[in-house]
Amino acid sequence: MGDQMLTTVDWARAQFALTAMYHWIFVPLTLGLSFLIAFFESIYVKTGDQEWKKLTKFWMTLFGVNFAIGVATGIILEFQFGTNWSNYSWMVGDIFGAPLAVEGIFAFFIEATFFAVMFFGWHRTSKGFHLFSTWMVAVGSSLSAVWILVANGWMQFPVGMNFNPDKARFEMENFWEVALSPVAVQKFTHTTSSAFLLASLFVIGISALFLLQKRHQLMAQRSMVVAAVFGLVASGFVAFNGDESAYHIAQRQPMKLAAMEGLYNGQEKASVVVMGIINTSKKPGDTLPVFHQELKIPGLLSLLANRKVDSYVPGINDLVYGNAERNIVGAQQRMVSGKIAVAELANYKAAREKGDAATAASALALFGQHKQDLGYGYLNNPEQAAPPVAITFYAFHVMVALGTLFPLVFLMVLVCAYRGTLANQRWLNRACVACIFLGYLAQQAGWVVAEVGRQPWAIQGLLPVGVASTKLAAGHVQTTFFMFLTLFTLLLVAEIRIMMQQIKIGPEA
Amino acid sequence: MIGNLDIQVLQQLWWLIVSVVGSLFLFLTFVQGGQTLIFTTAESEEEKTLIINAIGRKWELTFTTLVLFGGALFAAFPLFYATSFGGAYWVWMLILFTFVIQAVSFEYRKKPSNLLGARSYEIFLFINGSVGLLLIGAAVGTFFTGSSFSLNPYNSVTWGTPYHGLEAALHPFNLAFGLFLVFLARTLGAMYLVNHVHHDPLVRRARRASWINLLWALPFLLIVLFGLITMDGFAVDPASGQVSLEQGKYLHNLLGMPAVLVLLLGGLSSVIYGVAATGFLGKNCGIWFGGIGTVLVGLAIFSLAGFQNTAFYPSSSDLQSSLTIYNASSSKYTLTVMSYVAIGVPFVLAYVAYVWKLMDAKQLTLAELTGKDAKEMY
Repeated sequence: MGDQMLTTVDWARAQFALTAMYHWIFVPLTLGLSFLIAFFESIYVKTGDQEWKKLTKFWMTLFGVNFAIGVATGIILEFQFGTNWSNYSWMVGDIFGAPLAVEGIFAFFIEATFFAVMFFGWHRTSKGFHLFSTWMVAVGSSLSAVWILVANGWMQFPVGMNFNPDKARFEMENFWEVALSPVAVQKFTHTTSSAFLLASLFVIGISALFLLQKRHQLMAQRSMVVAAVFGLVASGFVAFNGDESAYHIAQRQPMKLAAMEGLYNGQEKASVVVMGIINTSKKPGDTLPVFHQELKIPGLLSLLANRKVDSYVPGINDLVYGNAERNIVGAQQRMVSGKIAVAELANYKAAREKGDAATAASALALFGQHKQDLGYGYLNNPEQAAPPVAITFYAFHVMVALGTLFPLVFLMVLVCAYRGTLANQRWLNRACVACIFLGYLAQQAGWVVAEVGRQPWAIQGLLPVGVASTKLAAGHVQTTFFMFLTLFTLLLVAEIRIMMQQIKIGPEA
Repeated sequence: MIGNLDIQVLQQLWWLIVSVVGSLFLFLTFVQGGQTLIFTTAESEEEKTLIINAIGRKWELTFTTLVLFGGALFAAFPLFYATSFGGAYWVWMLILFTFVIQAVSFEYRKKPSNLLGARSYEIFLFINGSVGLLLIGAAVGTFFTGSSFSLNPYNSVTWGTPYHGLEAALHPFNLAFGLFLVFLARTLGAMYLVNHVHHDPLVRRARRASWINLLWALPFLLIVLFGLITMDGFAVDPASGQVSLEQGKYLHNLLGMPAVLVLLLGGLSSVIYGVAATGFLGKNCGIWFGGIGTVLVGLAIFSLAGFQNTAFYPSSSDLQSSLTIYNASSSKYTLTVMSYVAIGVPFVLAYVAYVWKLMDAKQLTLAELTGKDAKEMY
């Protein structure tokens, strides 16, 4: 990898991060708000109360504004695999393309078809079919999340495949292993439940704003109660599968877990760092302290990671340099093996080209012994195997702290609603408004943990980002980066302005 | 049953499936065509809004079909996905750009405080319907004219020009293909408006627009057809997989696959009848003849490119780097799995058709746009 290619990879990573982060501003709201709207409309159909219909249509307007831009950023993500990551597309397209195609067939068409009925079918279809369509939009949104998270789960924990040296690519061997991978299942449950949580915060926050302004009070209180119940249930799921997520990461991506906790040297009875200020000068292998300040709970990380308080949790140094005492093979050792795999793959292909069957067979046999380390063969030094620790650490802690706060907010909303004091609790309503921003912050932080924490891998342990990218001059990717940055920012500003105007107009208009 | 199929059969089956999705997309570009009619066929703000609301209820279907087309190519022919998207970088990036600005424009155009003003969003729609389709046409044109690229032994692509795909739009055949698609989409858009809008002056102009745009499309169609039957094509030796240039290859394909010739002629006749029925016979059903005809023409085009031992994504600079449906495909296992998944497609088409019928049962009127639900309209 020359300097030029590194720069191209950097821009490609920046562009993917940009698109994914913008996409994840809009998508969680779509995922969660679609269900809330379905709840609201169900109550309207059940009761026949026009106030519920008005309420449904108000939230639907905000949903529509948000939905379109989510779709727009999504198409860029899909095609970016081809444009910026063409080697990735070839090397794992045999596995990765399938979930994307299934998503198109079974999810996007449901959304696309029933979205039109949901918005324009009030007088063109029956009340029952309209409600059915609203539910189908919600179901379709979640189905699309299933398949894209199956794809992402496979990138975090590649299963159900084998490497084909003739084609120089990974090929699928078991679809069900890919689709039902525990990481994929966990990713889906954690991501969608957190999206439900965000949408609940969004509805509660805007409703609280109405209460503060003493406008649309009935609608606001009704919305808040439904959203708080939904949000509280979602919070329970988020907490439960967040714990599961940590366990899976500990077992399958120990480097990511070490970065999340700033754990450089492995420990028995490893501590969870509740709060800490990371020493950003710290690098793998040096003797600098990890934290300037930290507050720890001893043994909790071992318990979360291995379900045993006194178990050993490997640190970044163990995973980079290895730890013979603990039987941990580090990146340093795997690089040696990986470079043999890379060289033997080249020898095999050259021998096949020349028709030298004997050399090809021996190269293939040697490649087979080292192929599990193929990805490490492309690293330049073992320290490259560690992700950026400070970003991963802070993002993880922000996510967890906010995830702990939100259920308390939902609970307080419900208690005040039960007591009939919701409209008078100005401090709570102000907190609810602030929680809209905090909800988005937690969402972004979650994806930063997931994606930054698995660097330098496009496919965990198999394909580093430097090999996965397209052979392009950096200027091309840099130009499209700024094109999309400008466009997405412009559209985001437009979206926020439109939403704020719609909120100002309110449901009565 | 599918598991017992030979890999060559699966590869052909998937080229057919991809062709069907691509052809359906071409039909659904009536949305893009309609987007460009707002500046030529509408004479008032009301008429413009009628057009946008009529086609705006279908924009997501077109968009989703394009996404599925990409997804199906990724799953079934990942080497094409990697080579074309990574190599012809700029042509695809610009296409995507036009689809991003389309996606928000319907929703944002009439909303207060939309930052850019309604006119900007209308221009976005026009750009998507014209530049977007022109570039898609140019990209598909390279299936026949080829592109300058080479693949290394690891199938990593190196593009032969610094323009990364934009050069395709300067090739006369590709340009003609793109312009044909633009005017065909406008023809289809006009026919859809006739079918779905209840507004006499606008419908009268849409009827006229349908045949005028077909007239505009005709010279470009003739260039494409003449090019197809006279140009050298990229033939594949089925035994060795070697690619070579063959004089009149696509004409040979056409004559060697009579069913494709029938598809092409039948499709063109159907489009022409649809336009005649709309423009001169006062019928509203022309869009269906136009739509079915477009799908048939699309199937014929994709079949000419991929079947009969032809390289569907040829390299003009390094013939042996050309992609065929055999060397660019996924493994047998993946194609088999995806074939089981594809069994769901008819069910998808069935509910799409049902909802379409339900939503289009009544024509769109101005009263609907200005009624009590006006706030929700585009």
